[in-house]
Amino acid sequence: MSTFSAIGEEREIDRDEYTPTVEPQPTWCPGCGDFSVLKALKQALPEVGRTPEETLLCTGIGCSGKLNSYLDTYGFHTIHGRSLPVARAAKLANPDLEVIAAGGDGDGYGIGGNHFIHTARENHDMTYIVFNNEIFGLTKGQTSPTSPKGHKSKTQPHGSAKEPLKPLSLSLNAGASYVARTAAVNPNQAKEILIEAIEHDGFAHVDFLTQCPTWNKDARQYVPYIDVNESDDYEFDKTDRVEAAAMMRTTEEALYDGEVLTGRFYVDEDRPSYGQEKRQIGEMPEEPLAERYWDDDYEWERSYDRFVDKHE
Amino acid sequence: MTDEELIWRISGGSGDGIASTSQNFAKALMRSGLNVFTHRHYPSRIRGGHTYTEIRAAADPVESRGDGYNFLLALGDSFARNPQEGAVYGNEEIKPLSENLDELREGGVIVYDEGLLDPSEIPNFEERVEENGWHVFPLDLRGLARDMGREVMRNTAGVGATCALIGMDLEHVEDLMRDAMPEKILDPNLEILETAYDMVREEYDVDAVEVSVPTGEHEETQLLMSGSDAISYGAIDEGCRFIAGYPMTPWTEVFTIMTQNLPELGGISEQVEDEIAAAALAVGASHAGVKAMSGSSGGGFALMSEPLGLAEMTETPLVLVEAMRAGPSTGMPTKPEQSDLEHVLYTSQGDSQRVVLAPGTVAEAYEQSRLAFRLAYEYQIPTILLYDQKLGGELVNVPKSHFDREPNPTLGKTLSEEELAEQPHSADGKFHRFQHDVEDGVTPRSIPGQKGGRYLATGNEHDPTGHISESPDNRVAQIDRRTQKLEAIRADLDTEDTSSYAGPDDAEYGVLTFGSQQGTVEEAVGRLNDAGVSVKSLGVSDMLPFPTEEVRTFIESVEEVLVVEMTASGQFRGLVQKNLGQYGEKLSSLLKYNGNPFEPAEIVDGFEAAIIEGDGDASGHQTTFVPAAGD
Repeated sequence: MSTFSAIGEEREIDRDEYTPTVEPQPTWCPGCGDFSVLKALKQALPEVGRTPEETLLCTGIGCSGKLNSYLDTYGFHTIHGRSLPVARAAKLANPDLEVIAAGGDGDGYGIGGNHFIHTARENHDMTYIVFNNEIFGLTKGQTSPTSPKGHKSKTQPHGSAKEPLKPLSLSLNAGASYVARTAAVNPNQAKEILIEAIEHDGFAHVDFLTQCPTWNKDARQYVPYIDVNESDDYEFDKTDRVEAAAMMRTTEEALYDGEVLTGRFYVDEDRPSYGQEKRQIGEMPEEPLAERYWDDDYEWERSYDRFVDKHE
Repeated sequence: MTDEELIWRISGGSGDGIASTSQNFAKALMRSGLNVFTHRHYPSRIRGGHTYTEIRAAADPVESRGDGYNFLLALGDSFARNPQEGAVYGNEEIKPLSENLDELREGGVIVYDEGLLDPSEIPNFEERVEENGWHVFPLDLRGLARDMGREVMRNTAGVGATCALIGMDLEHVEDLMRDAMPEKILDPNLEILETAYDMVREEYDVDAVEVSVPTGEHEETQLLMSGSDAISYGAIDEGCRFIAGYPMTPWTEVFTIMTQNLPELGGISEQVEDEIAAAALAVGASHAGVKAMSGSSGGGFALMSEPLGLAEMTETPLVLVEAMRAGPSTGMPTKPEQSDLEHVLYTSQGDSQRVVLAPGTVAEAYEQSRLAFRLAYEYQIPTILLYDQKLGGELVNVPKSHFDREPNPTLGKTLSEEELAEQPHSADGKFHRFQHDVEDGVTPRSIPGQKGGRYLATGNEHDPTGHISESPDNRVAQIDRRTQKLEAIRADLDTEDTSSYAGPDDAEYGVLTFGSQQGTVEEAVGRLNDAGVSVKSLGVSDMLPFPTEEVRTFIESVEEVLVVEMTASGQFRGLVQKNLGQYGEKLSSLLKYNGNPFEPAEIVDGFEAAIIEGDGDASGHQTTFVPAAGD
């Protein structure tokens, strides 16, 4: 057996393998959009041929963080807003792992916003799913970074004075090389987008609209949705960042007018991933670093042999 | 003492090459057979502002910066701006000559650049020179350098003049220049060095100078090294191949050394957006099976509280280094202090557990850096190496053989796939990563990508598979098991000999200290014993888990104990009392928090005033005495 024999294993994968027996039924509220993310992932992973033991799913905190409890892979349920730095380091340590990070809109666009910007900027080869329900759900309905202006909650009793954050535009400007939005009510598109995101060699950001039937009753159920890549009403080139930017802006504004636009907004297949860039300049080993610790033949260099000369 | 040791101070402007010049001169002194110890003082500025380095050199071991200095090479600050030119720092031009001038010993030497410095700006300069018997040499160092090369080479002229005055052969200095300098600048530098040397010997009566270079001999090859070097090399020898960080003085030194070397060692360094990310990256890399570290100084370490707790809860091995500087908040960025002790011991929510080691010397910094990795990986617990700007930046000579050790890249209790197959799993194949009843509380781990090792790591309380659980029975079992690791680590540390003792076993009094003040305390204890005071010292490195019994034995064996530390609130004394639960009436404190490390004389005087005379009034020093309870 090799060190990581789950990696690259060629075999039929049953969707049920991702369902844990400890807690097979999620505790999300009935009608919650989060179910759709779980379902789409369970569909996408077998299709891209990634088994539970070659996949590392890193989540933040919130309803979205429970994804780790309901999707049976190697998991790291981190802390609020910090899934991305944990996930991207795991990818650097072992690039053969399929690394997926997930969190909510508060987690990713609020408290973890700095990590979001920089992980996108660096274009790590990983998928980042943001469960965007425009609300803090688990803490019972506070206004979030994507809540619309004027949103009333116990923490914004007079209605939010803030414009909502525009996650697609932010992602594009920060440097993500794949930016898409899908919605819980659109399972087929969600699955296809997740497949593309996982297979994309770079930072793939999926803003996943997940309705919160408990704390965001006023919000739309994100229906009817329109796929901007298929609709005749919208025409843009998703590989052109200027056109993509305009389409994103339209989409982000439309959401607050009750129009749910989804699809692939920006795809750059040419930009090298961070790992490739780092190898290119000689700052990352060709072989996964994690494997070296299991190689009995590897000669570990001693500081004594490397450094003493310059101190003598 | 003048004839036994040289304390050479080179002063000038920040950015004028003071650090590199002094490093080379220290090495030359070391190569001549002397023991050396350097002390750096610098402002938090890019260019300009008074900076100095002192090199103490003696045939006997030197464990501290010493007291004052006996040779001043004042080069002047080429970047200083006077008020007319709009500088906000005022006129600092004279500072290299005037700062701490009263600490120049009687009979000491002053060489200053007469082109840049005008002693008439210093009150009563002539009288003070006469009073103290100083030997003063105004030299046109800048002019000499300009004539033969470039103005920046005035450092070299200063070194040449120094060698002439203290009777030091140029051989070692020239060798170092040949090693370090490209040919283009080597030749003018050599010429300047020799010209300055010859000029001084010709124009002055150097035999009248009372300061001379001591002669010594090393039994084995020595290396000139800083604490930051030693910490980095320790990490590398333990197989650390991943570092993530964000710049902050003085931690940046370790980050830089690691970053410059990891790529060639097949490792990875990441400069990231903030310290939360830095520590979280180290957690992620370690989780994925790589030996990883991060670190910062106080302010950045504050941001690491969250990932620190996550590492503890998920039992992810993690090494953090914390390079203390004077706080609170931004404090004094380039000045040493030990006041992050409690910050490092207690930050992060809940009953979180960690290991904290505070090495006392450069040699210990290497050993304890290695120890930090060993403990972190064997016990799957965050381990923090706590040091400060003093230890990180001081250069001392350490025997070469100290570093002649084998690497240890092992991951600790980590299972292969074959071993994983033998471990308990749930019906669905989930590995029991967090088993309740295991030896020493350490439950073996798997690495993502391994077959049969699937589990969930989570900051929530969790059951054996990592699944989130709030069951009372599981909670108690898990927290008890994680706590049990500390007991095992304490027993492990008892075999490591991390503490340092000085003075006679049967001494009447004791001095207790921790971390980087150890060497200074030991020198002071030596002097006190020479003066007939019966005193011994204990330098503690294990901050957590604390060596309670060892410290109790020490305190029990003496009449009274003075606790020496660079904090304003007596944090280490508080830690001792917290762990021992008594001795409030036996422990008094000598504190220093003015931004400069203790000099041995301050401890000698402080001890005599506090313990022998009993009133604590050590006049003339910027130290603070805090009496024992009930005094």
